[in-house]
Amino acid sequence: MLSTLFSFFYQFGDAFAFLVIASMGLAIIFGMMGVINLAHGEFIMCGAYTTVSLAQLGLPLPLAIIGGAAVAGLIGMLLEVTIIRHLYHRPLDSIVATWGLSMIATQGVLIVLGSTMQGVGTPLGSFTVGGFSYSTYRMVLMGIAVLLLVGLYLLFYHTRAGVIARATIQLPRMARATGVDTGRVYTLTFGLGAALAGLAGGLYAPTMTLVPTMGATFMVESFVTVVIGGGDIFLGAAPAAAILAVIRSGMTAWQGQLFGQIGLLITVIIVIRVLPGGLSGWILGGRK
Amino acid sequence: MPRVTQLVKALRLGVAVAALTASAGLAQDAIKIGVLEDQSGDFAAATMVKVNAITLAAEEINAAGGIGGRPIELIAYDTQSDNTRYQEFMRRVLQSDKVDVVFAGFSSASREAYRPIVNQFEGLAFYNNQYEGGVCDANMIVTGAVPEQQFSTLIPWMMEKYGKNVYTLAADYNFGQISAEWVRNIVEANGGTMVGEEFIPLGVSQFGQSIQNIQAAKPGFVVTLLVGAAQASYYEQAAAANVNLPMASSVNVGQGYEHKRFTPPSLKDMYVTTNFIEEVDTPAAKAFVEKFRARFPDEPYINQEAANSYIAMYLYKQMVERAGTTEHAALRAELAKGDVCFDGPSGKVCLDPKSQHMSHTIYLAKVEADHSISFPTVWENIAPYWLGEAGCDLTKNDPSAQYTPSSPPPAN
Repeated sequence: MLSTLFSFFYQFGDAFAFLVIASMGLAIIFGMMGVINLAHGEFIMCGAYTTVSLAQLGLPLPLAIIGGAAVAGLIGMLLEVTIIRHLYHRPLDSIVATWGLSMIATQGVLIVLGSTMQGVGTPLGSFTVGGFSYSTYRMVLMGIAVLLLVGLYLLFYHTRAGVIARATIQLPRMARATGVDTGRVYTLTFGLGAALAGLAGGLYAPTMTLVPTMGATFMVESFVTVVIGGGDIFLGAAPAAAILAVIRSGMTAWQGQLFGQIGLLITVIIVIRVLPGGLSGWILGGRK
Repeated sequence: MPRVTQLVKALRLGVAVAALTASAGLAQDAIKIGVLEDQSGDFAAATMVKVNAITLAAEEINAAGGIGGRPIELIAYDTQSDNTRYQEFMRRVLQSDKVDVVFAGFSSASREAYRPIVNQFEGLAFYNNQYEGGVCDANMIVTGAVPEQQFSTLIPWMMEKYGKNVYTLAADYNFGQISAEWVRNIVEANGGTMVGEEFIPLGVSQFGQSIQNIQAAKPGFVVTLLVGAAQASYYEQAAAANVNLPMASSVNVGQGYEHKRFTPPSLKDMYVTTNFIEEVDTPAAKAFVEKFRARFPDEPYINQEAANSYIAMYLYKQMVERAGTTEHAALRAELAKGDVCFDGPSGKVCLDPKSQHMSHTIYLAKVEADHSISFPTVWENIAPYWLGEAGCDLTKNDPSAQYTPSSPPPAN
């Protein structure tokens, strides 16, 4: 009995961790800043490729993952200054621009680095509960997902930098009037979103095939989580990831992967029909 | 992977193809061959090598005087792992480029997407890929292996060694569904039990629940019919969860060289039936690999589809030279004689007149713990017999249909 319970917990945690880690970067760039970032998957791919390259050069995996996030973040900041900055009030144009970036990144990696790259293997081995064996690394990913949520909450709600970032995004003119360099805040916030996407790539790189198109497998889950969550990361994306994880792992356990995906998409349709502002819009609206 | 050499390789390929096209364009009466293969997208890892194999064969043939004195001109398009692109480009090569023959397709979904167009314009297409079998279509010549070659050999062998409880994990589209049906029938015919079957949508990369379902069902071995780069993540995840079950497949290793891409021992005890991989230890295979690497030094892996594409080129050359024309009816008349054979990288192969499929020597490749390959057994010269026995006879009529064990050709 205990082993069945654990297996359900593990599958839920696994789905939850994937949704949270995959969507945090997008939650900041799309949820908070309002940039519909179709290159989200390519930031993830960039993080994964950097991580594996660094690990193959002999860097310990945790440092390589941080390196992957850092590189993705730097590229994110560079793109913000050169391209995204000019598109903040043109959401449709930003779709086209980021889509173009994503195609350039995918094809560029294919041409320069080839069609695949050898992986690094999943660290930490496995453990057994009841009749089932599980990957230890995926338990670590669950822990990291929770830490990420807590860390981002502390950053945005309990530090000066976080308050400035939220102020800049909500009321840019007022923030500028009080002396905030809003341009820099936008750059840093976009960079943080890109770095979190890179982190997702780094964390999942050891468990996946490394191909230029790997980012695409994160896209549906990321957008679904952020759209259901609405604008606020903590009141939106986190509970959205939890709800979607229950639906996905439940449906997959019951009828297989196809139904897991169907469940995910039907949930989005229902939620955006009933709650156009997403979960966070509904929670915040209910408070007023 | 050294970036510079990759870039140089890409440039060199571009120049080579351009030179090939230019020189052929100047000559009179080039034979135009359309090449529709995925050079980007989800399948690129397994299919870019096919374009190189076709280029290699075309260069060899041109250097030796062409096909009956006429040079080959390749007209290649990148189909981007996208079925719609296949349809667009198939129309383009047949209607505006007016090619004599097309070499096209990796996934069965793409083949079924373009096949009606080949029929509509009375084209001739070589499908140089292993697949789920059953295509009975006079406009198609198939050089890839089919289930009676890959599963009727593999599954009984695995059941003998690892027991009669079988679990199938298959990609959820025509290839996976029909292949799973073959596996199911063979398992039942050999007194075994399917303890589980799961179909995975293309593009899925997270297998936590599937891994657990497999552990709960306790099979003797798992048949993995997973397709595309995303689904290949299964092996790493199953190994990380210590599933530790033998695996059997018709597509892994021989197509996507997973044993080269993943860290050992994640593919330990994977058994694959294939008609060629670069590890095959025959003089003919070694010579082919050497020739290939001399021309394309940075090729990551020379898989069965590379050999099949290369063989297909020489089979086409032979048919055209014997018929003295590229006229399809005349070529098929040669094929109907039943002696269109080629002794190439995978040994002697022949085209079967009834189904227009190819005979194969099938190697059982086993992945060891260090990801080296051993060959526990070899099945010599297996004919593609199923379609002919089921009632497909392209020398008599052309139904242009795909049949499966549960929907065989109508008896008449």
